[in-house]
Amino acid sequence: MGFPPEFKVVVDKEKCIMCRRCTIECPYGVHVWDEKKKTIIRKEENCVACQRCVFTCPTKAIQIEVRPPAYSPHPVWTEKVRRDIRLQAETGSVLLVAMGNEEPYRRYFDHLVIDACQVTNPSIDPLREPIELRTYLGAKPDYLELEESYSDIKLKTELTPNLKLETPIMFAHMSYGSISLEAQKSLAMAAKEMGTYMGSGEGGLHKDLYPYADHIIVQVASGRFAVHEEYLKVGAAIEIKIGQGAKPGIGGHLPGKKVTEEISQTRMIPVGSDAISPAPHHDIYSIEDLSRLIYALKEATRYKKPVFVKIAAVHNVASIAVGIIRAGADGVVLDGFTAGTGAAPQVIRDHLGIPIEVAIAAVDQRLREERIRNRGSIIASGGIRSSADVAKAIALGADAVYIGTAALIALGCTVCKQCHRGKCAWGIATQDPKLRKRLKPEEGARRAANLLRAWSFELKEILGALGLNSIESLRGNRDRLRGIGLTEVELEVLGVKPAGR
Amino acid sequence: MNVDSSILDIIRAKKLIERRDIAPRIREEGDFVVVDAKGLHYRILNEVVYELAEKYKKIKLINVNGQRYIADGLRGDYYIEIHGTAGDDLGAFMNGPEIVVYGNVQDGAGNTMNAGKIIVHGNATDILGHSMRGGVIYVEGDVGYRVGVHMKEYKDQVPIIVAGGTAGDFLGEYMAGGRIIILGLKRRFTSEIVGDWIAAGIHGGAIYIRDSIEEDRLGYGAKIAEFTEEDKKYLAKILEEYCRTFGYDLNKILEHEFTKIVPESHRPYGKMYTD
Amino acid sequence: MCGLAGILNRYGKRISGNKIITMANMMEPRYDGRGGGFAAYGIYPQHRDCYALHIYFDNEDAKELTEEFLKEHVLIVKDEEIPTRKIKEIPKRYITWRYFVEVPEKFKNNEHDYMISVVMGINDGIEGAYVISSGKNMGVFKATGMPRDVARLFKVEKYKGYLWLAHGRFPTNTPGWWGGAHPFNILDWSVVHNGEISSYGTNMRYLEMHGYKCRLLTDTEVVAYLFDLLVRRHRLPYELAAVALTPPFWKHIEKMPPEKKKLYTYIRMTYAPAMLNGPFAIIVANSTTMIGLNDRIKLRPLVTAKDDEFTYIASEEAAIREVAPNIEELFAPKAGVPVIAKLEVD
Ligand code: SF4
Ligand code: SF4
Repeated sequence: MGFPPEFKVVVDKEKCIMCRRCTIECPYGVHVWDEKKKTIIRKEENCVACQRCVFTCPTKAIQIEVRPPAYSPHPVWTEKVRRDIRLQAETGSVLLVAMGNEEPYRRYFDHLVIDACQVTNPSIDPLREPIELRTYLGAKPDYLELEESYSDIKLKTELTPNLKLETPIMFAHMSYGSISLEAQKSLAMAAKEMGTYMGSGEGGLHKDLYPYADHIIVQVASGRFAVHEEYLKVGAAIEIKIGQGAKPGIGGHLPGKKVTEEISQTRMIPVGSDAISPAPHHDIYSIEDLSRLIYALKEATRYKKPVFVKIAAVHNVASIAVGIIRAGADGVVLDGFTAGTGAAPQVIRDHLGIPIEVAIAAVDQRLREERIRNRGSIIASGGIRSSADVAKAIALGADAVYIGTAALIALGCTVCKQCHRGKCAWGIATQDPKLRKRLKPEEGARRAANLLRAWSFELKEILGALGLNSIESLRGNRDRLRGIGLTEVELEVLGVKPAGR
Repeated sequence: MNVDSSILDIIRAKKLIERRDIAPRIREEGDFVVVDAKGLHYRILNEVVYELAEKYKKIKLINVNGQRYIADGLRGDYYIEIHGTAGDDLGAFMNGPEIVVYGNVQDGAGNTMNAGKIIVHGNATDILGHSMRGGVIYVEGDVGYRVGVHMKEYKDQVPIIVAGGTAGDFLGEYMAGGRIIILGLKRRFTSEIVGDWIAAGIHGGAIYIRDSIEEDRLGYGAKIAEFTEEDKKYLAKILEEYCRTFGYDLNKILEHEFTKIVPESHRPYGKMYTD
Repeated sequence: MCGLAGILNRYGKRISGNKIITMANMMEPRYDGRGGGFAAYGIYPQHRDCYALHIYFDNEDAKELTEEFLKEHVLIVKDEEIPTRKIKEIPKRYITWRYFVEVPEKFKNNEHDYMISVVMGINDGIEGAYVISSGKNMGVFKATGMPRDVARLFKVEKYKGYLWLAHGRFPTNTPGWWGGAHPFNILDWSVVHNGEISSYGTNMRYLEMHGYKCRLLTDTEVVAYLFDLLVRRHRLPYELAAVALTPPFWKHIEKMPPEKKKLYTYIRMTYAPAMLNGPFAIIVANSTTMIGLNDRIKLRPLVTAKDDEFTYIASEEAAIREVAPNIEELFAPKAGVPVIAKLEVD
């Protein structure tokens, strides 16, 4: 049983000059040259609306439209539900999807508004007055011990290593394998330029990325691919991945067919073999085991790097985070349920986990109640779409954020949700050498850095409007947020007052 | 000598001023009328000044201490002498008068003034000459933060601020025109002639600082321009009166190195926004 | 807009309240009459070793409950009404009472924290009772009104102290109830404040993590608690506590010599949530020190001067000139750089 196409490919015959560019650009076989008929035929059923042809057509002759619903409407048995069932009836398989949660849950960011100054305190103009975004990630002591001698003051306390960010936005972990080397390079270059960091993902570090390693947080995931002593030492920090927001409780799987020569070298596994990340770390079945791994990594790197632990935001995220900080981590990464992924079972992606906003609020509050908020940073990740989201995440209590999908969009991604198929038309989620060429790292870096630049500037505008000249005065400052259209319980969980109060 | 009693009647008639002791405070002295401001509320003092201005061109205020808004919005060729500390917003919106202060001035002196002169034999504090559109302000000593913020010029109206001492941060912030000259002859509390973020957001006018200034102390949108012979001639002209007023040696002042700071462009933020 | 004034006799000589009242009166255009107050150190020498609790009660019930609570937790050496005048400008709304109390022997080793919890216990636990000040040999007098009237109401001119703070208020953001007027006090610390602490939420949550309860509906209380935390509990010298509260910009830290740069970086990292942001000028005092401080980009005014005996701090020069006409060196401190005046006797 086939499916009616989801999209309509509309070509303006008057504009089309038959250059055949679209037949080359489209990796999904929509535009196909028919040698016999000397014309292009369009296989609409293959179209994923990646927009590649639309952008590259020299005469802008192509438009992709959503087909009007082909099914008789039903509020419960939506078209999507019916499609899914038919597909599963056909294949007997788990539905595999890419990018983030698509269910229409409440997005709390869209129910929070930010304060501004009027009269009583002057707003600050970021164009002329200094506004600081520098952020340090890592453990801070409860207080500083000083040695006061007659003439000067000396520090007794030594701080453990922290990461210095010039803007509180980092690029999320996306492994080499799930995305192309060009995409990783783009982000690494941008991170270095902007004084921030990118996550390596769990696929190891390609040797081309070593020059940027001081701006890369290297990940240690359950598969331990490519985790070796040098990898740990070159990175700026280490992140243990317990779970990810798009698929809490689920491991990862890079199919053997994607394990090319280069990937095999980087991941240190044979060409063509499946790369399987087990759901749990098999040396971590409890919190004390996590502590053992944290300290094993700290020992191995002579206590020179902060070690973070990433978890998916789940129901009891607050107590888990407390455990993680007490276990010795320098920070906890919370990955909300709208986080993107290169591939995940749809049922997991759309139904497990909790929103990032709630997770930040709960974790920040609990760490304070336990009086250990200073002992680790909170890095929020998953579904951060704009500088406003960044500001709200920080006001709720995050120290910094990771952006994944937004960073990819900066590189050209159109969120066509086909990452798992490895044919990304924009050269991002693919290992195909021809497709990879479409992304030039210099251009990608320029765009990714620009995004950070623009968002950083917008953050300064927000801080200025709040009358704050430094980001630390926004951190955890829920007093400057108000909720709109939220229930009393939701407001309580988020720790914000309703608008008007 | 006593002043015209009709003026006192007018002052008394104003509801605001019911005090009987206003007469002994006002007397004539040569071609000056003198007011003893000791303990007077600023509204009373200013009402008196406005009334006296109907008849006298030269007004002397003694024992001033912190009264605000003196000579605000006053228009014409008055000469006002102030002895003591002038309060906030001295000469705001003023259009023409000359004010000479023997003492310090508080925040906001010369705020949005259009024409005239303020001469301070002392120090000034923050936002001196805010949004000033014309006239001159000469300060013998130090000036505070955000001096000359959003000063502007219009056609042949070019406002000028000269300070003999030092200035705080954000000098000439958002400056859209006019000239600010900081001489740093006396450095009472700091070795630095001016603070940080100089001329942040400047998009018109120029600042002359009598010292070398490192690039990284400029605010966004400002740049250092060459200090030319032309500039020197200009300063010689401008500073002549200043030096005469405070007894400084013009040649010695001009011997020293100057840094000239100007806008990078007249639309510094053109690139920052996109739609 | 508000007006601040402070005066310290560095040799501990006690002077009447007249000087500080004059200073406050000089800045009247800065107030709207919805809050004024004074803090005075050295006014209760006969009970110098007792905590002097100034408490306002809504009614007799609150007073009774509070006294029960006090009897349970401290030793009341003496108690009496805080004397007032009947004036038409400020109708008396509260019962104003003072208690001279001592901490029971078994809590003596942790006296300070114990007293803080007693004060917070009353403010937080007893409805209609507000502890206005709680230090030794000092007291706060404040109400809704102009400082000159508050002074008349409480007969402030009759007290003699060596360190005085005054505040006149033009409130914009918090309700004008008596307890919301300044000075704000906790034990030895008193604060007067002009402006707004825009970082209040961040500071408050940091303080709550350290056991302070911010319940007085004013952003000023965080300043007092922060000084208590940083100076008393964490033992930072005043100069460095000021660095934590209004640190230099990173740009300036980068240019410091290595040792200093490290110290300042550590302070900013460790005390990031203690940073005070927003436009403000404050005067903070305890029994030995008076500190003036304004925000990092100097959005509120502050001037200071010194003569042989006294150090003065005020929002306006005129306030200082009026009580010290012959003063010579009068200056406005730089943004974020504290003025610290210490008692030179012990
Ligand atoms: S790329 Fe555009 S112009 Fe070229 S063949 Fe395709 S539709 Fe026609
Ligand atoms: S990365 Fe590529 S495949 Fe994945 S959603 Fe974006 S454009 Fe589509």
